[in-house]
Amino acid sequence: MSTLVLTLIIGLGLGALYFLVASGLSLIYGLMGVLNFAHGAFLSLSAFVGWAVAQAIGADSWGGFLLSILVGAVVGAVFAALTELALIRPLYERHIEQVLVTVGLSFAAVALFDGIWGTDPITVRGPVWLSRTTAVLGASIPNKYWVLIIAAVVVLAGLVVFLRRTRYGMIIRAGVENRGMVTALGIDVRRSFTLVFAIGGAAAGIGGVLAMHAMTYVSAGLGGTLLIFAFIVTVVGGLGSLTGAAIASVLVAVLQQVANTYLGGTGDFIVVILLAVVLLVRPAGLMGKAA
Amino acid sequence: MTMRTGSPVRTWTPLILGVVLVVVLAILPLLNLSIPGILPGPTYTPGSLALMSLCMVFAALALSYNLMLGTAGMLSFGHALYFGAGAYGLGIVLQAAQLPLVPGVFAALLGGIVIAVVTGAVAMRVNGIPFAMVTLAFAQAGSVLVRRNQAVTGGEEGLSLNTAGVPDWMVGVINTRNLYWVSLAVVVLVYLIVLWVDRSRLGHLAAAARENDLRVRVLGLHPARARLMVFVIAGLCASLAGIAYLLLQSGTQPSAVGADLTITVLVMVVLGGVGFRWGAILGGVLYTILDQRLTVLARADAIHQLPDILRVPLSEPLFILGVLFILVVMFLPGGIAGTVDSSLRRRRGGSASPGSGGVDEGAAGVAA
Amino acid sequence: MSAAILQVRNLRASIAGQQVVEDVSFDVPATGITAVLGRNGAGKTSTLRGILGLIARRGEVLLDGERIDALRTHRIVQRGVGYVPEEREVFAGLTVAENLALAERQRDPRREFVAQLFPDLAARRDQRAGTLSGGQQQMVSVARALLNDNRLLLVDEPTKGLAPKIVTEVADALAEAATTVPILLVEQNLEVVRRLADQAIVIADGRVVHTGSASEILDDADLTRRLLGVSAEEHS
Repeated sequence: MSTLVLTLIIGLGLGALYFLVASGLSLIYGLMGVLNFAHGAFLSLSAFVGWAVAQAIGADSWGGFLLSILVGAVVGAVFAALTELALIRPLYERHIEQVLVTVGLSFAAVALFDGIWGTDPITVRGPVWLSRTTAVLGASIPNKYWVLIIAAVVVLAGLVVFLRRTRYGMIIRAGVENRGMVTALGIDVRRSFTLVFAIGGAAAGIGGVLAMHAMTYVSAGLGGTLLIFAFIVTVVGGLGSLTGAAIASVLVAVLQQVANTYLGGTGDFIVVILLAVVLLVRPAGLMGKAA
Repeated sequence: MTMRTGSPVRTWTPLILGVVLVVVLAILPLLNLSIPGILPGPTYTPGSLALMSLCMVFAALALSYNLMLGTAGMLSFGHALYFGAGAYGLGIVLQAAQLPLVPGVFAALLGGIVIAVVTGAVAMRVNGIPFAMVTLAFAQAGSVLVRRNQAVTGGEEGLSLNTAGVPDWMVGVINTRNLYWVSLAVVVLVYLIVLWVDRSRLGHLAAAARENDLRVRVLGLHPARARLMVFVIAGLCASLAGIAYLLLQSGTQPSAVGADLTITVLVMVVLGGVGFRWGAILGGVLYTILDQRLTVLARADAIHQLPDILRVPLSEPLFILGVLFILVVMFLPGGIAGTVDSSLRRRRGGSASPGSGGVDEGAAGVAA
Repeated sequence: MSAAILQVRNLRASIAGQQVVEDVSFDVPATGITAVLGRNGAGKTSTLRGILGLIARRGEVLLDGERIDALRTHRIVQRGVGYVPEEREVFAGLTVAENLALAERQRDPRREFVAQLFPDLAARRDQRAGTLSGGQQQMVSVARALLNDNRLLLVDEPTKGLAPKIVTEVADALAEAATTVPILLVEQNLEVVRRLADQAIVIADGRVVHTGSASEILDDADLTRRLLGVSAEEHS
C-alpha cells in the first residue's frame, strides 16, 4: 500500500514538473505553430543561474531557494523573449524554418553551457527540508515533490487567470483558434508571440530550478531529457490546450512511475506506447481539436 | 520534376561527372594525396581512410533523410532509429545468433524495414509538427531500450563487433582500405536507390503530395501509401548506412539511436540544401569533417590565447555548428546546394526551382 | 481624388503558390453597397482576402487615396476596414462578449448601436460562441465589423447557409449599416443583391469581366445567365 502511495505521489510530482515544461510548449505551438526545441535550453540556463544565485545567498536557506526560483523564471522569460525577437520573428509564418532555428539554438546553447560550466553534472543542495521526507499513509514522500506540486498548481492557476481575465490572455486564446482572424480584427498578433514565448520561458525556468533540486544535479543536458517528455505530454494532451497539457502531464508521469515500480523499470517505454495508443485512437490528443 | 529540355550535354554531364567522381574516390586509397587541415594524413593512411569512410556513411544517411524531407516533405526527428536498427541489428545478430555476415545483413535490414513500417504507420496518423514529435518519441524509446538492455545491446558501453562472423578482409586497421570501399559501395547504392525513387512514379506522387495533398487525393491517388513507402525506403537506406557504420567502427553505441543523431542529420541536410541529392552528400561530408576536425582546431594554440569570452564558445565545435546552422536557416534557406542552384538559374535566366526556395517551400505540405 | 473609397489596380493574389486572382481592377464608391458577383471559385473571396493582405498579393490598393497594399493585415484594418469573413470565423472558445470586446479598436465603440441591431446577442453575452447557431454566429461576425467607425466594410457571403428569416435579418442589418459606411459585399444570393446593392462587379477566373449597376445586370437575364450561370429568378 505504501509503495502505491509513494508511486502515485511521486508520479504527481513528476507530472507537475512535466507540466511546468510542457505548458509553455503547448501555448507556443498552439498560438504560433512553432515547435520550440530550445525550450530545454531555457530550462538549463535558468537552472544554472538559479543555482549560482542560491549559492551566493546561501544554498541551504529558504531565501536562497525562493530567490533562485524567481531568478530562474526571469532568466527563462528573458532568454525566451530574446529568442523570439531575434530568431523567430524574422521567420514569420515559415514554420519549418522556425523549428530548425530552435534546433540550432539548442545545439549551440548546450555546447556553450558545456563550455562554461563543464560537462560533468554539478551537485546541488537546497534547504534541508527538501531532502527529508514526510510520512503519508505509511509512505515516506521526499519533500521536494510537494514543492513541485505546489509550484505547478500556482503556475497553472496563474496561467488560467491570465488567459481568462486579461486582454492579452483573450488575444492568445483567440489566436490559438484562428491567428488570421485576430489580425483581421486589427490586432498585431506578433506582440502576443513574444509574450507567449516569455511566459513559456518563465514556466520552463521555474521547472528548471525545481528539476535541478529534484534530481540534485544540474548540467547542460538537464533540459534535453525533460524536453522529450514535455513533447510527449504536449502531443497526448492536445497541442495548444493548457488543460490538456495539465491532464496529460499527470497521466504520463503517473503511468511512468507505476510502470517503473511494478513493471520492472519500463516506465519510459510505456510512455511511448501510450503516445502510440493516443495517436491511433485520437490523433488530435486528449483535448485537441478533433480533425 | 521538370523535363530536361536541352542538349544531350546537359543530360549526360551529371551522369559522366558522377561516374568520374566514383572512380576517383575508388582509387584514392591507392594515391598519396594530402589535404592538410582536412585530412589527418595522406589518402592512403588508415586515419584518413577512416575519416573519409565515415563521411560517406553519413552522406548515405543524409541522402536517406533528404528523401524523406526533400522529396516527401516529412520532417522526422526519429530517423536515427533506423540507422541504429541497422547497426545494432547486425551487431546483435552476429553476436547472439552467430550468423555469418551476409545473412546477418539481411536480417538486420529486415528488422529495419519492420520497425520502419510499424513506427511509420503510427506516426503518419498525424502530420507536420505532431508527426515530428512522434518520431522523436519513438527514437527516444529506441535509445532507452538500447541503454537498458545491457545483456543484449551492451547498454551504455555500446556493442562491439563480433568479428567471428565477419570475413577477414573486413577486420583490422590494415584493412581500413577495404572498409573504405565498402562504405563507398554503400553510399553509391543508397544514391542510386534515392535517385530511382525520385525519378519513379512513387517519387513524383510523394512530391506532388508534398505540394498539395488535397489535389492528389482528389485525383483518386493515395498519397499516404506513397509517403509510407518513401518513409520505409528511407529507413531501409538508413539501416544500410548503419550496417556500414558498425563494420567501420567495429562497434556501435547508444548515441547512434537517439534524437541527437537525427538532429545531426537534419543539420547536415539543411546545411547541404533540402531537396538536392548532392546537397545531402555535401552536408554529410562537411558536417563529419567539421565535427572531427574542429575538435583538433579547438585545441590549437591560436584559440587558447583568445580571451575567455571568445575562447569558450569557439572551443566547442557544436556551438560553432549550431550558430552556423542558425545563420544558414535564416539567411541561406536553400542551404549550400539551394543557393548555388538559385544563382546558376538566375544566370541562365530561368525562374527559381521549387527546391531552392528553402525548406518551407519544399515541405509546404508539412506545416499544419 | 475621385469619390471612390477603395481603388484596386491590377491585384494579383496567390494561395500556397497557386494563383487565385489573376488581374483585378475596380473602384468602390464612397457610399452605398457594391456587390461582387461570380460563380464558385471565381476568386471573389480571394479578392477580399488579397485586399486585406491575408493572402500573398501584388498590385495597388488605395484606401481613400492611401496605398495599403504593402501593409500588414492588422495595419490595414486599423486604418478603418472592417471584415466579415465567409466562414464567420468567430472564436468558439470565447464568449459572445469576449468576441465583441476583442474587436473593439476605439475608446468609444458603438455598443448601443450593435445591441439595438442584434438584441438576441445582447441576451447571450456570456454564451460560448461555439454553441451559437449559424445565424447567431453570423450576427456576431457582422457586429464585430460594426463596433468601430470604419471607412469601409468587406463582407463575404453573410447569408450563406442561413434560413430565409435570418437572411432577412442580416440583410436588414447591412442595409442599416450601409447608411453610415460603404460596403463591398460578396454575395451569391441574388435577391439580397438586388435589394441591397447599388453597383456590382462580376468576377470570373480571377478577373473582372463586367461592372455596372446591380439592377442593370440582374434585369438582363441573358447577361446574368452568362456571367453567373444562374437565372435571376433562382437564388442559391
